[in-house]
Amino acid sequence: MLAKRIIPCLDVRDGKVVKGVQFRNHEIIGDIVPLAQQYAEAGADELVFYDITASSDARVVDKSWVSRIAQVIDIPFCVAGGIKTEQDAQQILKMGADKISINSPALADPDLITRLADKFGQQCIVVGIDSFYHKEHHQYQVYQFTGDEHKTQKTTWTTFDWIEEVQKRGAGEIVLNCMNQDGVRNGYDIEQLIKARAVCNVPLIASGGAGEIAHFSDVFQQADVDGALAASVFHKGIIDMNDLKQTLIQAGVSIRP
Amino acid sequence: MSNVNSNIVIVDTGCANLASVQFAVNKLGYEALVSDDKSLIASADKVILPGVGSAKHAMDNINSKGLVTTLQQLTQPTLGFCLGMQLMASSSAESNTEENVACLGLIPTEVTPLKAGNLRLPHMGWNTLASVSDHPVFAGIKPGDYFYFVHSFAAPISDYTVASCDYGSEFSAAIAKDNFIGCQFHPERSSKLGSRIIQNFLEM
Repeated sequence: MLAKRIIPCLDVRDGKVVKGVQFRNHEIIGDIVPLAQQYAEAGADELVFYDITASSDARVVDKSWVSRIAQVIDIPFCVAGGIKTEQDAQQILKMGADKISINSPALADPDLITRLADKFGQQCIVVGIDSFYHKEHHQYQVYQFTGDEHKTQKTTWTTFDWIEEVQKRGAGEIVLNCMNQDGVRNGYDIEQLIKARAVCNVPLIASGGAGEIAHFSDVFQQADVDGALAASVFHKGIIDMNDLKQTLIQAGVSIRP
Repeated sequence: MSNVNSNIVIVDTGCANLASVQFAVNKLGYEALVSDDKSLIASADKVILPGVGSAKHAMDNINSKGLVTTLQQLTQPTLGFCLGMQLMASSSAESNTEENVACLGLIPTEVTPLKAGNLRLPHMGWNTLASVSDHPVFAGIKPGDYFYFVHSFAAPISDYTVASCDYGSEFSAAIAKDNFIGCQFHPERSSKLGSRIIQNFLEM
């Protein structure tokens, strides 16, 4: 049976792993390669590396670390940040990444999704979506350039329309970052993820809000997501990977031990 | 510690993920050369045929590099990964036209869209093997072991199936004939058990 995936996310800035709260105030967690190796050995099913400054600084992700990661880990990993062209994607995949994830560049040029999927295959094209819930309008809205609080912009897309659009254009997987929940460890945004699931026919990865083991079982059992992404709970040692997986297995979630 | 006596060639199919395949071999203490040179491929002790992307794109590359005959004439152990496995089949339905893509025809089976029923595609993530034969590449691997899959097309169950997986329906997780073996999953991304498969192959 296909296992639900536990995906530690490593936000990368200037070659270091960092973590912010609600996309702000980033603190350095450590070096990329040893952290990647540590997570792979601990039983992570996949890793995601986001260069959080790349899109907002109008530069391409510093790629030298991609092949260093590929050399040490034996699980899949995805690289995100500033991938704007087929050439950018090709270089990262060639260095050993299994998938590339695009976010702001997909909003600026939705056809990029199609071009990447045609060239490299739908399966390695992930679209990341930063979604913020506006209570006053009862609306889920897509944001871009969220790596830098001064450049973060609301787009004209509502979240669920954008989820449908990126699938039409060839996205092979969607990571939904629920911004209201990011870094606050109060649980995944189950309500939003259930709505996203209803319109998402490709693998859907929940992101933002993991704080305790129960949040993972909630998101798998209630929102039927394919994977759950988390950062600080792993970086800060709040959740042990093995404890998490054993608890999920006991709860009846399909998990690779 | 490198085994300098081994002569392993990873075929440069012009697709990505060559680096991760090479690193996986290196981690086991072997050197491997990435090449599209006909004589180097033909004279290798072991050949690895990696691949991600579409069958059409990969076969176009193999054709334009003039490697079809070279690959068809290999008699040494040859291991295909994911799309590399699919290229070993007679044909693939993964094409942007109505016609199937002619593949290398090393193993007589046809790659067709994965019949996932109401499950989501692509089939992406860690899945268990439903059955495993006694093929030497699968030594130490048993049903229930997890491997990493990423694909929407698959080879159906046939006489050449040496391991199977179930995702909506049962399909070949690995196929083999003579010196050729192909894995639908990615051994290079399947943690310790994937590494075991590569090691089994390199020790054949």
